[in-house]
Amino acid sequence: MSEQETNILVIGGGISGLTTATEAAEAGYTVTILEKEPFLGGRVSRMNKYFPKLCPPSCGLEINYRRVKLNDRISFLTLTEVEKISGQAGSYEVDVKLNPRYVNEKCTGCNACVEACPVEVPNDFNAGLDKRKAAYVRSEQSFPFQYVIDKAACKSDCGAKCREACKYGAVDLEMQAETVKIKAGAIALATGWKPYDAKKIDNLGFGTSPDIITNVMMERISSGNGPTQGKITRPSDGKEVKKVAFVQCAGSRDENHLAYCSAVCCLATLKQITYVREQYPDAEAYMFYIDIRTPGTAYERFFNNVKDDENVKLIKGKVAKVSADPATGDIIVEAEDILAGGKIKVQVDMCVLATGMQPTVSEMKLPSDIKINENGFAVIGKDRKGIYAVGCAKDPVDVAKSVQSATGAALKAIQTVGRLS
Amino acid sequence: MEKKYGVYICKGCEIADTVEIEKLEEVAAKEKQIPVCKTHDALCSPEGLDLIKNDISGEGVNTVVVAACSPRVKYKEFSFNGSIVERINLREFVAWTQEPKTEDTQALAEDYMRMGITKAQHTELPEPFMLEEIDKAVLVVGGGITGMTSALGAAEAGYNVILVEKQAELGGWAAKMHKQLPQSYPFESIEEPTIKATIDKVTSHSNIKVYTSSEIEKIAGFPGQYDVSIKTNGGPEQAKAGAVIMAAGWRPYDANKLEHLGYGTNPNVITNVQMEEIASSGKIIRPSDGREAKKVAFIQCAGSRDPGHLPYCSSYCCLTSLKQAKYVREKNPDAMAYILYKDMRTPGQYELFYKSMQNDPGVMLTKGEVTGVSEASDGNLYVDLKDTFLGENIRIEADMVVLATGMVPNTKIDAEVLAEWKTKFDEELKASGGKPDPNAPLEPHKVPNILNLEYKQGPELPVLDEAYGFNESNYICFQYETRRTGIYTAGSVRQPMHMLGSIEDALGASLKAIQCIEATAKGFSVHPRAWDQTYPEVNLQKCTSCKRCTEECPFGAIEEDEKGTPFHKMSRCRRCGTCLGSCPERVINFKDFSIGMMSSMFKAMDVPDEGLRLIGLVCENDAYPALDAAAINREKWSNAIRFIPVRCLGNLNLAWIADALSSGIDGMVLIGCKFGENYQCHFVKGSELANERLGKLQETLGRLQLEPERVELIQLSIQDYDKLPEILAEYVEKLEEMEPNPFKEF
Repeated sequence: MSEQETNILVIGGGISGLTTATEAAEAGYTVTILEKEPFLGGRVSRMNKYFPKLCPPSCGLEINYRRVKLNDRISFLTLTEVEKISGQAGSYEVDVKLNPRYVNEKCTGCNACVEACPVEVPNDFNAGLDKRKAAYVRSEQSFPFQYVIDKAACKSDCGAKCREACKYGAVDLEMQAETVKIKAGAIALATGWKPYDAKKIDNLGFGTSPDIITNVMMERISSGNGPTQGKITRPSDGKEVKKVAFVQCAGSRDENHLAYCSAVCCLATLKQITYVREQYPDAEAYMFYIDIRTPGTAYERFFNNVKDDENVKLIKGKVAKVSADPATGDIIVEAEDILAGGKIKVQVDMCVLATGMQPTVSEMKLPSDIKINENGFAVIGKDRKGIYAVGCAKDPVDVAKSVQSATGAALKAIQTVGRLS
Repeated sequence: MEKKYGVYICKGCEIADTVEIEKLEEVAAKEKQIPVCKTHDALCSPEGLDLIKNDISGEGVNTVVVAACSPRVKYKEFSFNGSIVERINLREFVAWTQEPKTEDTQALAEDYMRMGITKAQHTELPEPFMLEEIDKAVLVVGGGITGMTSALGAAEAGYNVILVEKQAELGGWAAKMHKQLPQSYPFESIEEPTIKATIDKVTSHSNIKVYTSSEIEKIAGFPGQYDVSIKTNGGPEQAKAGAVIMAAGWRPYDANKLEHLGYGTNPNVITNVQMEEIASSGKIIRPSDGREAKKVAFIQCAGSRDPGHLPYCSSYCCLTSLKQAKYVREKNPDAMAYILYKDMRTPGQYELFYKSMQNDPGVMLTKGEVTGVSEASDGNLYVDLKDTFLGENIRIEADMVVLATGMVPNTKIDAEVLAEWKTKFDEELKASGGKPDPNAPLEPHKVPNILNLEYKQGPELPVLDEAYGFNESNYICFQYETRRTGIYTAGSVRQPMHMLGSIEDALGASLKAIQCIEATAKGFSVHPRAWDQTYPEVNLQKCTSCKRCTEECPFGAIEEDEKGTPFHKMSRCRRCGTCLGSCPERVINFKDFSIGMMSSMFKAMDVPDEGLRLIGLVCENDAYPALDAAAINREKWSNAIRFIPVRCLGNLNLAWIADALSSGIDGMVLIGCKFGENYQCHFVKGSELANERLGKLQETLGRLQLEPERVELIQLSIQDYDKLPEILAEYVEKLEEMEPNPFKEF
């Protein structure tokens, strides 16, 4: 097993991990980032815009990637799995499995392997809304810009067309997984989140019609590099949308699903309403909510701006049922209208479920004294110095709060590693 | 360093299929007289790289021009320690976006060769700016929970800390609390305050020096060397610091302005701050008659989310009222608490605390708009609500009302105070012979308040127009950005937040302070050009003291001496190059980026008598990657435009436009970030300043008989790369309709 040494090991290469890594490295420490996917960027790289500024995440990612590229103190490994964490603050040993990319560093990003690949599979980057090849790169802005081959999707009988097509000897279908031991002084868990599985919320009809989608899917549909090149149309028939319903707390604030508030969904929906309204001057948006949670200055102003749009209807009430009308295929949202009293039934073209964030830190192999609470967040005892939970590994937070959390975690990590000589 | 040049041209990734490589070699070898010029089928391959490395070690090549792909990829491969490296983007800007093997495509590639080699000729290796001495202490202004947490954060990382608190005691608002919100999972029970322990930790920490009853008289200097004058009870004190954290905290919104909610007219209407005091002293006693309050109504958003008062949400008040409802219930199980809210805002795992309070039958939560508070009999109060559940109006009788007043940052200058200062400044200006503009608003950071910085641009931190006095960052992904390098803000002065949020925020600010000190010590810039060791070098002999650079620097890095000559306080500088763009005398330059370099690059272009020749100056963080992304999609664009990256559009020096147009170049397109509200420029005003400078140019162009439309500024988001080809096509079409630049003939 090969060995590497670093001051700080950051597990997760999304916005929290990237921030922890760059902030610590720019304070003078060596950092290694472990990312389980083939590319850095995590969840934010799948988003169209950030609330409330409506600026593109790729702008900040570009800066962060540049900070990574030009800083010798930062290295990163993709396609990793943490197998074991042992040791203590100052001297952790972490066994990391490096899954094969099947494309080596000779890759120039020329795209020939993709053109040659005969296999198409659902595109996970676009929430399965379109197809990609087995040889692929996620988007024009992927980092590293090095292709990957999804071996599980490969057909064994294609005759290694990708390897044939590559002029640079970059495709290596015999590549094997390896394990590397990383010695680190401190560890940051920036493992992020996944959308709550909307299928588990029986009454909201996810899976019964392609036009009942999640907010994560909506983000892809609205993105210029998404399955529809940013044109918001309903998945079933590609029709332009005239009426869209947004169902808040889809899984969140519900003891049968996620007991906590996911903290981002109100703002995410308000943002997605602006996507719809910008594309369709006549379209109407319905937002069913329990409480509108837009704390602070800019968030509240953003809420007020959306609220003042007369084509946006805010309805306080829990949604009882979302279903497809068998006759028209339209989506019917039934809810109680708490303020008006009584029930309300709205027929829409598409319904977006504002599904909550579920932490993924529990999917990791952690030392036994790091507890996961009933909500799935890491609880690290005060005497456990040296391992720190960041961003959504610790709490459901938005990007701004993830950045704060990550910068603070970088401080704790450098405290552990020790003062610069 | 005596330069020895090597030019290396890659033939891979369709480059050799698009252009004639031999002719590119000729440009390098014959025109530019480069002694070493080589080609390779795949320059980034180990064999290709060996070609370069062997020349560096064997031939003494130290200035490497790589004509291959975008500098955004293969950055590690094409990095040669100790050598200057210039990347020419033949792949994305030619091979992937142009018709193969045409005359115009060839001309484009050859121009990129000429420009790239010229750039390398004008590039020097950076020699970092080093301070002779550096003080690594962190100054923390404010001794509340945020300031103390920041202080401990830096101290425990091994740095000395100077903590200055205005009050006689440390602790701020947190020390006035009866109990605190749950700080950890399961977020159900309120806790005994931990502030005392924090204070003890701070006062006993050997790295922290605490000044209480003290204020900042003045902060002079720059990151790495701040001279701090502190006004203490015992007289003035001096301290030195390398970076500053401002955690000046907040004040409650003035409840006297909430007469409509009964404050000031009925003693039993109190604020949430008063409620903490009452709870701390025992039973929940109402002020009018000392009777125990058994029905306490909490009015949420008292002043917040109200365009007449604070338009924003103060974030902490929902949780605070839930906590105070718990006081009511814990102190007397027969007492009732009513919480009257617009929206219950308990994001994250604090939802669990809300839920636990909902489960208490003695806590009634009602949504509605409070329309008024009036006196009932016996000192009691009626609270009237509209828009409650089912749309009804209801009236609640309570024996005490608590107003959940909001948060105002201590950096907020009240309008009256601002007006007084405006008058004062205008009078001063008039006395010195200036012409004050009575209608021009006074920027709040010009009014001394907390930091008293000795900065030409004003004594306080500039705030965003839309931030209600909070020192929040303009950037979602970079939360600790301020417009004064080395000075960071934390806690409720930055954003309304509760205690747990402040604690987390405080640690991030400590990291940024430490980072700035360490970067300064090594001669690096700080964010966003944290890798940069170049800095603006000024030829002061030619400076006319016009002060444009002093005024336009987004970070207040440029001061003036007694004679009015500007000079950079270098560790304040972020290397954006706005000063370079502002200077009419062209005297500000960087080792790897200069006025002369750009002009020479324009002049290096081959400008034939016929055929459109255009320059595109593009922001390297957003527009340049957008071009790369369009190229990855094999979008085609005009072969007339030669793109050149700039650090920021704020680099635009009007001399460039004159130089370009007088060399016969037909036009210039500038692609930069969105400006105005929610601006996206990471150097604050780069594209906006470029736009202002262009405004001044129009007249000059007119005089030269040149259409002003030849120069156009486009605001483009990095994500809009799919729109780029069309945007460029429109610009080129417009230029095609004009006569060729008449200067072509000269």
